[in-house]
Amino acid sequence: MVAVPAPRFRRPRWLSIPMGIGLAVVGFWLLATVLAPVMTMYDPLDLVGRRLQAPSWEHWLGTDTLGRDVLSRTLHGARNSLPIAVIVVALAVIIGGGLGAISGYVGGWIGAAIMRLVDITLSFPPMLLAMAVAASLGPGLQNATVAMVIVWWPVYARLMRAQVLEVREREHVEAAVVAGASESRILFKHILPLCWTPMLVNATMDLGQVILLAASLSFIGLGATPPTPEWGAMISDGASQFYSWWVAFAPGAAILTIVLGFNFIGDGLHDYFDPRSK
Amino acid sequence: MTRYILRRLLLMPFLVLGIVTLAFLLTTVTKGDPLTAIVSERQMNNPEVVAAAKARWGLDRSLPERYVIYVGNLLQGDMGTSFITRRPVAQDILYRLPATMELVISAMIIGTAMGITLGVLAAYYRNTAVDHVARLFALFGSSVPVFWLGLVLLYVFSVQWGVLPGPGRVDARLTLPPAVTGFITIDALIAGDFAVLVNALWHLILPAFVLGWAVAGTISRLVRANMLEVLSREFILTARAKGAGELRVVFRHALRNTLVPTLTVIGYSFAYLLTGAVLTETIFSWPGMGSYVVDAARGLDFPAIIGVTIVGGMVFLITNLLTDIAYVMANPRVRLS
Repeated sequence: MVAVPAPRFRRPRWLSIPMGIGLAVVGFWLLATVLAPVMTMYDPLDLVGRRLQAPSWEHWLGTDTLGRDVLSRTLHGARNSLPIAVIVVALAVIIGGGLGAISGYVGGWIGAAIMRLVDITLSFPPMLLAMAVAASLGPGLQNATVAMVIVWWPVYARLMRAQVLEVREREHVEAAVVAGASESRILFKHILPLCWTPMLVNATMDLGQVILLAASLSFIGLGATPPTPEWGAMISDGASQFYSWWVAFAPGAAILTIVLGFNFIGDGLHDYFDPRSK
Repeated sequence: MTRYILRRLLLMPFLVLGIVTLAFLLTTVTKGDPLTAIVSERQMNNPEVVAAAKARWGLDRSLPERYVIYVGNLLQGDMGTSFITRRPVAQDILYRLPATMELVISAMIIGTAMGITLGVLAAYYRNTAVDHVARLFALFGSSVPVFWLGLVLLYVFSVQWGVLPGPGRVDARLTLPPAVTGFITIDALIAGDFAVLVNALWHLILPAFVLGWAVAGTISRLVRANMLEVLSREFILTARAKGAGELRVVFRHALRNTLVPTLTVIGYSFAYLLTGAVLTETIFSWPGMGSYVVDAARGLDFPAIIGVTIVGGMVFLITNLLTDIAYVMANPRVRLS
């Protein structure tokens, strides 16, 4: 008799192991973003117990310098960090991608002017520029968001321009020109659809990097203002309480896992779209 | 190639002017009132004091006027006076730059060593456990917030185990050697003060490692990709066929052929090191430019913020230029065309 192999789950090609881990981790934080109020027993702003209690059954991750529940604040932190990351990356992709496409397709002095602005903005170490902008706009998450968009859009402008310049030379575009397609039709129908893959991979990885930058700004006091439960600000709070390690530990671990998660997903996407590099 | 370098050099002044202009503009389109950094709260209602402070710091002039004055002063090496320290910004920066450079260069050495080792291991043992561990280790470094990693390592190695010193550049009990370069390690070496040298090196370990790990990820990723490509080439097969040992194949034949792109990525990682230094210095109470600019940002000390931003931009611009030139010179295909 021939043994019939049991039908087993076949992993689709896009779902590599890192991709799976990344999706699970990011999924968890997405869940926290939506459900944090239901997932926790304590309000993140309430003073629920003694100050600086070590982790216990009542407070799984301890309490902070004011006696607030660290677990609740960490989970609620996702509600600040994730949406900000999405907003910053989305705006950077739209603004940068748009200007990059104009620069690549239209060219001329407008294109050159855009690229010079890109060059100058990219001449600053990103953190320093973000700090300068955030400092002059004043503290607060909204201003930090603006600062990060200002730092981030040129990356996408450069990427998009390079893509457009490359795709523009392909034969199908030439064919469209010969067929008498209008300029905007060529750009939107024949060029841009082929440009979004590297933008997507980059954007996924950047979500993690933006979370890092936002936390850094809050850490030095330029992002979230108290008592907002924000990871960077929580670490800054814990940095002054050296012997109560738990105050800073959880928010840092939160940042680490979510950034790793986005990097895993980005890597997975990269390998999927460009299998040679595996 | 000469034309390329010339063109890049000619472009430099314009980029520098752009940097200065942008830095100046960004900090003047402000909602935060710099006067709060200068005048005490009680005196804010006293119009005479406010007017005097405005005149003293040039805040009563129009924006274009201030810009022209600022650029003019800058050309003479004057970056204005810090609201907080009340000293010339240029002097403050010069005083603090060596500490940052000492940290950044140490981090670069550690990061490069780690990155190349991890990258070579990962490529050689492709798709094995070694590869996965090396890649994970590298990814961890570029995903972890440096200020948190610094805290954790300080807690473990300094507080719990007591094997490494706490924050700062040297123990406070030591007297520093006379400042020649501002690099405590080198100054100690010049003065022949080995106690300080050893102590300074011990203090460097943690912050340099934290910062180096952050760039090791980028470097190892690139080294791995390039090594994979080179290792599959025919000349590697030839080398093996001629009986070259594996170590020789990897280091003499393969790694050497990946040095050009590696050099490039190391040059570019400078920006990340500068960025990371801002945060690392805060955690390790490192008296460099990073902690200076953080204090400045918190205190709305705009002359200091603009000054550091401009210096950071210039350092970045120069390293990138040098990297690009090195790349062109080292790459025969580009060099000949």
